Amino acid sequence: MTALVELKGVNRQFTRNLDLAAKILNLLGARYRAQTVHAVDSVDLSIEPGEVLALVGESGCGKSTLGRIVAGILPPSSGSLAFHGRDVSNLTAADRLAWVRGVQMVFQDPMTSLNPRKSVYDIIAEAPIYHGLVPRAEAGDLVSRLLSNVGLDPNFATRMPHELSGGQRQRVAIAQALAVRPEVLVCDEATSALDVSIQAQILNMFLQLKDDFGLTYLFISHNLGAVRHVADRVVIMYLGRVVEVSPADALFAGPRHPYTRALLLEAPRLERRRAFEPIRGEIPSPLNPPSGCYFHPRCPMATERCRVEKPPLRSMGVGRLSACHYAEDVSPLDVAGPSAGADLLG
Amino acid sequence: MTETLRQPALATGDPPALEVRNLVTQFVTRAITLTAVDSVSISVARGRILALVGESGSGKSVTGLSIMGLIDPPGRIAGGEVRVGGVRFDVTDDRAMQRLRGDRLAMIFQDPMMTLNPVLRISRQMTEAITTHHPDVSRAEARQRAQEALALVGIPAPKERLDSFPHQLSGGMRQRVAIATALLNNPEVIIADEPTTALDVTIQSQILHEVERVCRDHGTAFIWITHDLSVVANLAQDVTVMYAGRIVETGPVRDVLERPLHPYTRGLIDSVPDIDSRKGRLVPIMGMMPLLSDLPVSCKFAPRCPLRVAGCAVEPPLVVRPDGRQVRCIRPLDTVSANDGGEA
Repeated sequence: MTALVELKGVNRQFTRNLDLAAKILNLLGARYRAQTVHAVDSVDLSIEPGEVLALVGESGCGKSTLGRIVAGILPPSSGSLAFHGRDVSNLTAADRLAWVRGVQMVFQDPMTSLNPRKSVYDIIAEAPIYHGLVPRAEAGDLVSRLLSNVGLDPNFATRMPHELSGGQRQRVAIAQALAVRPEVLVCDEATSALDVSIQAQILNMFLQLKDDFGLTYLFISHNLGAVRHVADRVVIMYLGRVVEVSPADALFAGPRHPYTRALLLEAPRLERRRAFEPIRGEIPSPLNPPSGCYFHPRCPMATERCRVEKPPLRSMGVGRLSACHYAEDVSPLDVAGPSAGADLLG
Repeated sequence: MTETLRQPALATGDPPALEVRNLVTQFVTRAITLTAVDSVSISVARGRILALVGESGSGKSVTGLSIMGLIDPPGRIAGGEVRVGGVRFDVTDDRAMQRLRGDRLAMIFQDPMMTLNPVLRISRQMTEAITTHHPDVSRAEARQRAQEALALVGIPAPKERLDSFPHQLSGGMRQRVAIATALLNNPEVIIADEPTTALDVTIQSQILHEVERVCRDHGTAFIWITHDLSVVANLAQDVTVMYAGRIVETGPVRDVLERPLHPYTRGLIDSVPDIDSRKGRLVPIMGMMPLLSDLPVSCKFAPRCPLRVAGCAVEPPLVVRPDGRQVRCIRPLDTVSANDGGEA
């Protein structure tokens, strides 16, 4: 089975060009250089049909950039992106449209992702009419159907975005993405801005839509609870690099990278009371990453080797990869088992 | 770690660090009066952390701002009283509140840039907070105290950081500076409004660690406003849950999270996706919070409540139970059997 989306050696840099003052000062002998951020650093990634692949990491780790590359919004600086096994850089016009339509994105903030001057009907109907998926006369039916798919009353079609709550807006954004019958939905922190009761509603809806439409998800999030809830497979990123790839259950049972372990350990939990024992230090600036393993300045297991030698991603059993020299030695989590949670949550 | 260890010795009869009684905050326009905070009473003792929990629109932030006297027209405090260390303060008296704010009462906001002035060095902003309230303190001493406060919240090289501008610091560092600034005059009470919500989990963890220490070592009382129950579980001793401007439940954190009494509290707990087990579909609360302009006359949660009965058409009072827990519900969950469905 070919992967639905496949990324090979994808890089993405952003360069901040020198401003006029710096250029003039350079003429006078100063040495300002353009600064380059390696937002995504040689990432290989495949998304299989029907799976929910979660992309997890903290601010500045490149997860949103990678999501945008997958969605075709941002071209990679180098490396290749294939959709249905075909490289997207040389698609025929028709295949290109199929790709653009086939991968849709839902953004974090529905306040800014919906055009405030368009009605819900226009927002949802515009793309399918343009793509010729539905004649204009029948677009009303399509919009009604999509609105009920995302749990809204069909009469919402006449409303404007400012009349809707945050949760309702996010539902409209999802209906908009579904309108062109995508195969892949890239959700970039799509529930992070929502209240917890609304987040639960939307997470459930994602799972329902997956069954109803046979969708594949790239679910970008920093919320490990939400990830646990929806993901089949998890990719952990740190400063632009993939540090661990694993089936979700195996990852939560026993991480194979010290950074994953720290994330799991420090996510606050409902049912457990403990003193916070944070890992040291801050996330380094991606403008000026550390040498060797990017995580070594904060890693409790770091040695001299980590400071010098960049650890490659290597296989740690079926479907598992870890970029740690000492992946075998990462100790298991000592958190309360699922039984403690079961007591509380009945 | 036991509760007694966390809590500095408390002489019986000491007044609570902060006591709020029957606070009412309204927003008045020509057409309509909205009651954002409706008769809220809370109290927090020295060295304790009270979590104020609720979703957007529950009135938790307005409660915090009201206590600080930071409500501007068209908002107004329509009733209630605030006592700091047993002494009553008039939160509508701007000059009195100005003396209190930043000295005995301090606030930390979600976005540290609401606290920090982008064009002033950290040192200037922090020393100003001291010398405004204590003109007798010399600049050198104020600077020294600022440096100590930065060290206290875990900022590396605090002496150098004093000369930084806010834009030179990361989000986590800025929030630490905001917390250090709040601590400068050793306030009795700090009101923290979602201070770690915008931060990454490893940074949040570090900051909560420092807050726990400050609370323990200095006896500072905190009101921690948040929507994140899992932070509450790990940080606070007591929790108050708000809905549509009202308190619906108050009690010790362990009791409330393990045996919630109000159906809304239960719904919030069930909505949190658990990181340690895959529960399948979550059990969300149906619907959404009503608008303040369109509140039902019934129990405010009744339209969303899976357990509602005919009696819910009248808004229930907040009942104080013999064990000290408070709940605003005619059928608290411990009086309802598990398979009793209600007529929803």
